Amino acid sequence: MHDDDHQSVYDGLTGGDESRWAFGAGLEAPDDALAGVGAPVPVGVDPHALATYCLMLGDDALVHSHRLSQWCSNAPDLEEDIALANVALDLLGQARLLLARAAVVDPGVVPVLPAGSPVPDEDALAFFRDAAEFRNVRLVEGENGDFAVTVARMLLFATHRLAVLQRLTASADPVLAAIAAKGVKEVAYHRDHAARWCVTLALGTEESRRRVVAGLERVWPFRDELSRTTPVEATAAAQGFGVDPGSVSDEVEAVLDQVLAASGLERPALPPVGEVAGGAGRDGRHTEAMGLLLAEMQVVARAHPLGRW
Amino acid sequence: MTTALEVARRVVDPELPMLTLDDLGVLREVVEDGAAVRVTITPTYTGCPALAMMRDDLVHALHDHGYAEVRVAVALDPPWSSDWITERGRRALADHGISPPGPARRVDGPVVLDLAPTRRAVRCPRCGSSATELTSEFGSTACKALYRCTACLEPFDHVKEI
Repeated sequence: MHDDDHQSVYDGLTGGDESRWAFGAGLEAPDDALAGVGAPVPVGVDPHALATYCLMLGDDALVHSHRLSQWCSNAPDLEEDIALANVALDLLGQARLLLARAAVVDPGVVPVLPAGSPVPDEDALAFFRDAAEFRNVRLVEGENGDFAVTVARMLLFATHRLAVLQRLTASADPVLAAIAAKGVKEVAYHRDHAARWCVTLALGTEESRRRVVAGLERVWPFRDELSRTTPVEATAAAQGFGVDPGSVSDEVEAVLDQVLAASGLERPALPPVGEVAGGAGRDGRHTEAMGLLLAEMQVVARAHPLGRW
Repeated sequence: MTTALEVARRVVDPELPMLTLDDLGVLREVVEDGAAVRVTITPTYTGCPALAMMRDDLVHALHDHGYAEVRVAVALDPPWSSDWITERGRRALADHGISPPGPARRVDGPVVLDLAPTRRAVRCPRCGSSATELTSEFGSTACKALYRCTACLEPFDHVKEI
């Protein structure tokens, strides 16, 4: 494409100072310095394991963020529409930093794009990997369902992530520690928001209660995968840069019990979903919903690998 | 001669233009070396889309004052806290109808679950009444909650404590 193709239709509106305008021309391309993720890999940390661990945490955030963003203009009321978009934005920010960190510590994880592509590494990871290369848990990729399903999913996800991030603030990797310290503050808002909605729906009408019970039953079987320790997470914990997800179970269970008690709800008595060919989301084995989600999320970027935005 | 620090301190936030980046607590450091300047900023929220805009505004302002080489770095650690908004910044927010944040909650160990709506002593920035109620914990930007005043009935933004 010729550079003239990128003239913004808003050019005439900026009063000659294009830096005051957020659309079209004026913003320089994002770069590593902007993300602040360039610190060297600490001694004693395996770069590939660190990158893979960053992809796990980053893909969880990215995929959950995408599902939440699908509520935009569809939520039960305007305030909730804004709330879900805000939660999605926080998670997208965390995903960007985590994927950018993965690319810095192990460039081998980044998909190769045509020469001259302006796509930054974190975008290449988000938009040019196939489902089998995504490391997110299956909990976050499922169809949104109704609002109660989303509340139930957000409650399980945010409760677990908050407990992990809180421990990750002591990570041997200074970048992960910094991302976690910021994330704790954000995800605390997400968890409390989901927990309050769970109580509100459970104690609301017969219909809202029926729906939140059904929502919890829908996502509950995917809960196990959050706390199952993969070899990469075991390495991460042993080398001091990550958290063994099994180690946060007691704290997570206590919070969920507190929410369920306040809601007057029982724990769903449902067995966990099984593995697929000996693996689960962290191994790149996903549900059917994942392919459809990626098709929607990636189609524009993949159609224009040399595109400038 | 205007120093680089003085120039950087006058740059305002793209979304809260009544506030300088300095008053917001986003401007961390300005190091001047001849015609070269290195500026360090920090994001308010991880996903803050205004960060690239802040960087560009800083670069443009410094270029306009003759600093040829400007580098803007982003520091994630320590994370930004609403406690870093200066007294002058808080007054500027209130003067423009935005309720400034109270003290941030200190997190040391597990974050305690809070099932009740967040209670804050928020005064209406328009009429000064303390008869205010929370509409939503999430507002027009990542850093704000939505409130309304039950005395004058006007809605307003409140900068959240983080």
